[in-house]
Amino acid sequence: MAYARAKRVLPGFGLSLGFTLAYLSLIVLIPLSAVFIKSASLGWEGFINAASAPRVVASYKLSFGASLLAAAINVVFGLILAWSLVRYTFPGKKLVDALIDLPFALPTAVAGISLTALYAKNGWVGQYLEPFGIKVAFTPLGILIALIFIGLPFIVRTVQPILEDLDAEFEEAAASLGASRFQTFRRVVFPSLVPALLTGFALAFARAVGEYGSVIFIAGNIPLVSEITPLMIITKLEQYDYEGATAVASVMLIVSFLLLLVINGLQAWTARRTGREA
Amino acid sequence: MAGAAAHLAPHSGSATRFEANVATRDKPWVKYALLGIGLSYFALFLLLPLIAVFVEGLRKGWDAYLAALIEPDTLSAIKLTLIAAAISVPLNLVFGIAAAWAIAKFDFPGKHFLITFIDLPFSVSPVVAGLIYVLMFGAQGWFGHWLAAHDIRIIFAVPGIVLATIFVTFPFVARELIPLMQSQGRDEEEAAVTLGASGWQMFWRVTLPNVKWALLYGVILCNARAMGEFGAVSVVSGHIRGETNTMPLHVEILYNEYQFAAAFAVASLLALLALVTLAIKTYIEWRAGLTQSEEKSS
Repeated sequence: MAYARAKRVLPGFGLSLGFTLAYLSLIVLIPLSAVFIKSASLGWEGFINAASAPRVVASYKLSFGASLLAAAINVVFGLILAWSLVRYTFPGKKLVDALIDLPFALPTAVAGISLTALYAKNGWVGQYLEPFGIKVAFTPLGILIALIFIGLPFIVRTVQPILEDLDAEFEEAAASLGASRFQTFRRVVFPSLVPALLTGFALAFARAVGEYGSVIFIAGNIPLVSEITPLMIITKLEQYDYEGATAVASVMLIVSFLLLLVINGLQAWTARRTGREA
Repeated sequence: MAGAAAHLAPHSGSATRFEANVATRDKPWVKYALLGIGLSYFALFLLLPLIAVFVEGLRKGWDAYLAALIEPDTLSAIKLTLIAAAISVPLNLVFGIAAAWAIAKFDFPGKHFLITFIDLPFSVSPVVAGLIYVLMFGAQGWFGHWLAAHDIRIIFAVPGIVLATIFVTFPFVARELIPLMQSQGRDEEEAAVTLGASGWQMFWRVTLPNVKWALLYGVILCNARAMGEFGAVSVVSGHIRGETNTMPLHVEILYNEYQFAAAFAVASLLALLALVTLAIKTYIEWRAGLTQSEEKSS
């Protein structure tokens, strides 16, 4: 019996795993390792010089700052949207629910030119902000708007299923013990949403840091003011500075890997807390 | 799993169970205040940009709109976009099935690492995704001299665009199939094989029907990203008009040349693609929800 178990019944293990590993190595792993091997050839000093030039450092501050802020804003409004979609009935709900995923489906360049047109000083939204002296397009504020657009579905879609599965019994118990709705939300509902909110925040942040297409049109790309880190890689490539581009890229890759670890940890936490696959 | 949050997870839907229950019902003013804030945010950040694409595209009228679409450079951009998707989506589909089969139906060490590696392209910036192929196949890259000596062009040519597209759409099918096939286990396939089915018979009659909605879901999202990818493709394309321009890159060129109406006209085609994608996606979620509740009741 033990022998029969050990001898696999199903066919295709060698073929499917072999193909998977070969394809993964050729498309993803070997090309990605090129970044680190190329960076290593720069030497430590050359790497530090390329990765910490003033323009590059300014771009890190902008990319990470704007991404953090956009993800934080989306946590607040994404939670309100997820709550509305799960808890309330209202006309057009199906349509709103379907369109939440628009940033996943709409090509980033399309989002980029559309947001720029909206927030330019004669645009639908921009013309109302102009009299107050608020400039959005071609400033860091524009970058924030683009990153809010791109990050919103991550929050809504991680919180929504957790809210759906939340047992009404806990709220009933809280209500019968005399808690107000707000107290119930703050003490009972919100704590169980925290892992999902953090996961959504991390996902939105990770996406925003690497985002390019939706940002470059609205950013204005002024050196030291509104240049994001991915743009620095493009700029260096256009100047045939492959070493510089690679150094910045390896910084971004290391950040991505760290975020991936954090997100995997957060998702495991969410799964443990709620007993469902995140 | 990191990356895109879109996942085939049919939800139970009706909010009436919350609104009918005194303990979970919010006061009307709370409901309308939250709905007002949430929907305003939705309208400002999602709906308005979508509408603006079509309005700006039609700003100069239908004739100019159609003229922008049948212009030769636009047509060649559409063709290249279709080619890139036609190559990358089937390849990633085959990969997704193979990876899910190996991971879900067999036990082997390092499985968790493999799953994390498959998800990796979602956490890499599109610009870096393009750069890695320049480092491999560009003039100064690892294989640059060899390729030049044999007169093979990958970077600033169609193969580079296809490679970059494959990279950014790599995990889509696999990440839909792996969790589903893991939860389904291997009993049904083992039964089929024990009863004498061949590998192919088992795959076509048992495995595929069980995962068809998740498969379609992954393919639809994979295709949308393949046709819409901008950053990665931009790095490897070289922007040669009529030759290495995909639709998103063509939108950029038109926009930078201040041909705004034409840029938005091409962009509106991509926005239509996005809407069709969302419609099919919603349909699949609904169908998968039906299948799930049928299984529960039977």
